[in-house]
Amino acid sequence: MKSCVLMAHVPDTASVIKVAGNRIDEADIKWIVSPYDEYALEEAIRLKEARGGAVTVLTYGPERAQQGLRECLARGADAAVHVKGGEGTFGDALAFARVLAAAIRKVGPFDIFFAGIKGVGSDNSLVGAMVAELLDVPHVAGVVKLEIGDGKLTAHREIEGGTEVVEAPVPCVVTAHKGLNEPRYPSLKGIMASKKVTIQNLAVVDLGLDEGALAGAEATCRWKALELPPAKSGGTILKGEEDPAAAARELARLLREQAKAI
Amino acid sequence: MAGLLVFIEQRNGNLRKASLEALSEAKRLATGPGLPVSAVLVGNGIGAKVAELGKYGAGKVFVADEEKLARYSAEGYTAAVRAAVEKCGPTALFMAATALGRDLSGRVSARLGWGCLADVVKVQIEGGAVVATRPVYSGKALATADGAGKPVVVTLRPNVFPVGTGEGKAEIEPLPQVAGDIRAVVKEILAKEGGELDVAEADVIVSGGRGIKGPENFALIRELAKLLGAAVGASRAVVDAGWIDHAHQVGQTGKVVSPSLYIACGVSGAIQHLAGMSSSKLIVAINKDTEAPIFKVADYGIVGDLFQVVPAFIDEVRKLKAEA
Repeated sequence: MKSCVLMAHVPDTASVIKVAGNRIDEADIKWIVSPYDEYALEEAIRLKEARGGAVTVLTYGPERAQQGLRECLARGADAAVHVKGGEGTFGDALAFARVLAAAIRKVGPFDIFFAGIKGVGSDNSLVGAMVAELLDVPHVAGVVKLEIGDGKLTAHREIEGGTEVVEAPVPCVVTAHKGLNEPRYPSLKGIMASKKVTIQNLAVVDLGLDEGALAGAEATCRWKALELPPAKSGGTILKGEEDPAAAARELARLLREQAKAI
Repeated sequence: MAGLLVFIEQRNGNLRKASLEALSEAKRLATGPGLPVSAVLVGNGIGAKVAELGKYGAGKVFVADEEKLARYSAEGYTAAVRAAVEKCGPTALFMAATALGRDLSGRVSARLGWGCLADVVKVQIEGGAVVATRPVYSGKALATADGAGKPVVVTLRPNVFPVGTGEGKAEIEPLPQVAGDIRAVVKEILAKEGGELDVAEADVIVSGGRGIKGPENFALIRELAKLLGAAVGASRAVVDAGWIDHAHQVGQTGKVVSPSLYIACGVSGAIQHLAGMSSSKLIVAINKDTEAPIFKVADYGIVGDLFQVVPAFIDEVRKLKAEA
């Protein structure tokens, strides 16, 4: 099966976020493949190992996103496509989905699509379902278990208090959640092999879209401001090393009388 | 402005609290400018619940009631929601950012060609347009965004907005059969063993981290949780260690929660954990390490051995409950 993995290149989750205007200050940021996309990629590679086929990784992002594509190639993807851009459309999930769907139409067809349930950055958790809708294929979001049969798949997705078992025909967009698999690390052999792969570079205009318009007249979401959450201070921290019972009594009293929480 | 439409989620005919929060918030926003608020309810055999929605602020309720919609499907629900949008032409479509809402919102947005402001914690109307604030970068920053001058889908984080009730009565308008062919079909729903309360829905959560030392000590966490009517949460470390199921995990690769009270026991407060719970209204930390980052976000805390503090705290809460 030919699979396509949508990859978002995002700030390392341990990064300290600083604000510059309505965007983050990228100066000291280390960039990584979004953690959920690692599950997506791993599932695609396992599918290839079990059933044959090939894995293409697709991203829409600035120059630096190429590094993320290289990492995916090192982990076992066969091909990579980089649609360059995304600075002006950042935060607009539908604009991203429009670009990704157009790129898929150009470099596809594929039998199945994988993405992480969310890109850890704009945290929208939308792009997978949007791409599915734009391509007119079904989707299953937040998948923790997947079986692929003949022309259809069975997926488990976590909902509040349980699990939904969903059946869908392929092609289908599957967004991966933690638990789907244990992603592998790149092997030395994989790293060497990945260096020989030529990444296919595309511009948004090659897809028949106008990035200026997507970020302007056709924009559907606009970040007006970005700020750091108000710092929390002045928590009441009790010492309980010597007399835990007294500290516990005081905590219970404070929660009852001051915070009215219990 | 042409009003607000709120998608109402039901499961087995029961209206979800998070949806009532979204409807109540829509009503609050609409009251000043005098905007109409409508709701759309989707399912099969759900008629009995419709009348209730008037109380929460819906003037009109669009109802898509057909067999194909008995179980959730993004495709079937998208068709129903679009039918309601076409009937009332709202400026914004609200829904709760539950598992279902997060799944549905992407598909609906793309079908309508609208943007989506996802998982918002604050929403306002400015100059006729919806403007919302949402955590980004795992809660390390807050983005304020709008629909760039177009109508927009807004998903509201559960447990953040209060439910308000009034005396209103809703007019009911059935939608035509719209579901069509559904490709991704829910075959069955496996309930979690023991019917435990889910952290994503709980008003109080008691979490255990690496400090509890072993899976058997979740018994202590569960005892406190039971006493408080709370759900049991966990840090990534203990889920990865196999001490408890992933469904309990709070944080970046788990669930994002905003309970009224979050009690972290032996949870150090790694940035990935804070990403999932820092919007809790009241945070209590019990940890033996004074330097644990969890204390930086805690409203109350005890530095001490949780194996001494938690049993003592359980006794104190029992006493308070006995007095009440």
